[in-house]
Amino acid sequence: MTEQTKERGLNPADNQQPLLEIKNLAITFDTPDGPVNAVRNAHLTVMPGETVAIVGESGSGKSTTALSAIGLLPGNGRVSGGQIIFDGEDITHASEKRIIELRGNSIGMVPQDPMSNLNPVWKIGFQVKETLKANGLAGNNSKERVAQVLADAGLPDAKRRANQYPHEFSGGMRQRALIAIGLACSPRLLIADEPTSALDVTVQQQILDHLDTMTTELGTAVLLITHDLGLAAERAEKVVVMYKGQVVESGPALEILRNPQHPYTQRLVASAPSLASKRLQSKPLEVAEDLNAVVKPEHPRNTDNVLEIKDLTKVFKIRKGLGRSEDFTAVDNVSFSVKRGTTTAIVGESGSGKSTVAQMVLNLLKPTAGSIAFDGAQMNNLSEKELFTFRRRVQPIFQDPYGSLDPMFSIYRTIEEPLRIHGIGDAKSRQARVKELLSQVSLPSATMHRFPNELSGGQRQRIAIARALALQPEVIICDEAVSALDVLVQAQILKLLNELQENLGLTYLFITHDLAVVREIADDVCVMQNGRIVEQSTTDEVFNNPKSDYTRNLLAAIPGSTLLI
Amino acid sequence: MSENPTPEIIEPSDGARNTRRTGKVSSRTIEHYVAPLEETPLLAVDFVDETAEPQSMWSQAWRSLRKRPLFIISAFLILLVIVVAAFPQLFSHVDPTACRLDDSSETARAGHPLGFTLQGCDVYSRIIYGARASFLVGLFTTIIVVVFGGVVGALAGYYGGWLDAVLARLGDIFFALPLILGAIIVMQLPAFRDNRSVWTVIITLAAFGWPQMARITRGAVIEARGADFVTASRALGLSKFRALVNHVIPNSLSPVIVIATISLGTYIVAEATLSFLGIGLPPEIMSWGNDISNAQTQLRNNPETLMWPALALSITVLSFIMLGDAVRDALDPKARKG
Repeated sequence: MTEQTKERGLNPADNQQPLLEIKNLAITFDTPDGPVNAVRNAHLTVMPGETVAIVGESGSGKSTTALSAIGLLPGNGRVSGGQIIFDGEDITHASEKRIIELRGNSIGMVPQDPMSNLNPVWKIGFQVKETLKANGLAGNNSKERVAQVLADAGLPDAKRRANQYPHEFSGGMRQRALIAIGLACSPRLLIADEPTSALDVTVQQQILDHLDTMTTELGTAVLLITHDLGLAAERAEKVVVMYKGQVVESGPALEILRNPQHPYTQRLVASAPSLASKRLQSKPLEVAEDLNAVVKPEHPRNTDNVLEIKDLTKVFKIRKGLGRSEDFTAVDNVSFSVKRGTTTAIVGESGSGKSTVAQMVLNLLKPTAGSIAFDGAQMNNLSEKELFTFRRRVQPIFQDPYGSLDPMFSIYRTIEEPLRIHGIGDAKSRQARVKELLSQVSLPSATMHRFPNELSGGQRQRIAIARALALQPEVIICDEAVSALDVLVQAQILKLLNELQENLGLTYLFITHDLAVVREIADDVCVMQNGRIVEQSTTDEVFNNPKSDYTRNLLAAIPGSTLLI
Repeated sequence: MSENPTPEIIEPSDGARNTRRTGKVSSRTIEHYVAPLEETPLLAVDFVDETAEPQSMWSQAWRSLRKRPLFIISAFLILLVIVVAAFPQLFSHVDPTACRLDDSSETARAGHPLGFTLQGCDVYSRIIYGARASFLVGLFTTIIVVVFGGVVGALAGYYGGWLDAVLARLGDIFFALPLILGAIIVMQLPAFRDNRSVWTVIITLAAFGWPQMARITRGAVIEARGADFVTASRALGLSKFRALVNHVIPNSLSPVIVIATISLGTYIVAEATLSFLGIGLPPEIMSWGNDISNAQTQLRNNPETLMWPALALSITVLSFIMLGDAVRDALDPKARKG
């Protein structure tokens, strides 16, 4: 180990033998419907000590390519062509024994989801020790060594932390523990598969900064897999863009960002929200849709506040053992208002109480104190009937496109359901309306015979939007409505939402953790932290002249935000 | 909220305001590679594939099911059992009750392929005619269990609170009694002892079988009720009960169907066990359990009379369990083994 380090230390710049070289790689998955080529013609080189990022949307083959390098393809996947060369050695079809030797001390791995990648029944220290032992590095004083490794990964008070279980750790700390495990044996290559995509931006920034420092110190090369072009450009020297299982462009990070050549990369750069800098603008359609024109002949803009929220507070009781409970204030004295026909965004990290606000505005959760006024009417004590009418006027769109549509309902039944519940029209007129709604969200009308499992995430989200629009609501509450989508699809949905707002005069309350998205869609912003609003103003004001430290931190943590100017 | 038990460590970040991150620039020369466009034609973002046939979850499950050997074999066997139970006269022209002591314990001969019992009855014919009682007990017990256990489980799981507590404890009481032991006691009650029929057996088995189904349904309903599509339909104005019927229950059916198929087999065994112990079906009803029970005294002299009905029973039960396995694989591809 030490010899290797010395050797590497001698002349890192001249050492031109690639650490990892992937040539012409093809990966095939055997499925019940026949073989599927997940990756074709992939080329990739990682030089010692270099950080290379693979960027692509979900299903582009980026993780599959990286996992093949340490022989961790799923059971039905196999390398069907090409070569994987690690440090001069062809490991394409290396024996299981050889791969196991390489794992840990030559190639380390940081997995994606910090919530599920630590074994909940073992202490953190044990799990680190396991890695050290497997690579013969535990030594006599393994406790000290474990604490050292954890401390290196940026866990304060590492000795005590090593004695805790994963559930006692927050998401960021778990990711640090996973990084500690990945780097425990000082590997020469670290594969980091979306290491921070489950974390809040500020935590993401800290963890990536720390990972940077550590790998620079150790001289470790990093293969970073991410869906975020901004993040890739900021953290890597070299970026590889993958699309449909193929490498479409690769080169120096900044050049790819500033001078993309392949049309797919150009598209990616154009729609990456972290790089965009202004509010989307949509032109109103020349021909108004007949049905809507009848109901809403005009959309008065910026005239009144459609939603007024005053001193809203929600206290949850958290059970603490026998009959005792503790109060937890999820939302604390929140006041804001939403102008008709505009978008107000509520931004905050996980646990800031933003979704709780949305639930209360939707009348799905009773507030502990405070008031919500919709169109001038108090909503605290609505009768059943009033609530039913209210439902027609305020509709939600949820985050998870895979969970928000009933898998048993066809698309037609899904979109028709609100019409049926409210007894609107007969079978024939409802069908016409469903067709019209589908065309409003730019889907072919034949889609209505399909089922949610046949559609992609973005298409499902369109269906969810169509369902929300069915009752011609005035306000739509988007709870992280685009967070689960790929960048290009996300840009498409944001554009759609914006066009709908322009044409139907909708008001959006947009809940999100992503400030980058806010800039594209929102007119006003409320920044929430720990249940309180720490800053509220117009979008331009918040972005150009942030008042609170927290907002400034959030803005600075947007990856890639400073690269394109 | 409990997901983040410890607050994130926010390091003092001076970086946020002072430094502009500029990205990394390598000292090496990095080639800028662009793939030729014709190699990966650029598709429209997120288009709908209109060529494929629309498929519901059920039709997808059916498509995967009909190709499985396990399903084909078990479905064929079960179909056979159903036809035999419905039209026994198609399979045997010998009257199973026309027993002649002349034939007592005779071996097989033309027209009587499996020989005779001690009483001189045709074994083959008795197996064919015995299928109906065994199958009916299994079928009706399962129907009652699914309806009653399913309703109880769905209500308990969906509404929770005190209703759940009461119903779950009620189920636990029945769950705590072993099926056979409980059935022995119930079948000894005068009301049951004096009116023994297919129905008393069905009621007894169902009384001890429903808590299992209630538990399965309750679990599935609890999982489904938290889904976003349930919240969405509530936000559309659907009442709580309608949301249960329209959305939650259809999405909880898969495990119920699987368990129902498997337990249909086990109820047939339970019926045979009770009949074997002499407290199941009355002796005048032909059933596999009764035949096995009658044959046990002849185990040494004429083991075939016990073997054949036992074999019929085993194959039937096995096919239901295999069918349940195949259906489970089709409905929940994630749980598939291997």
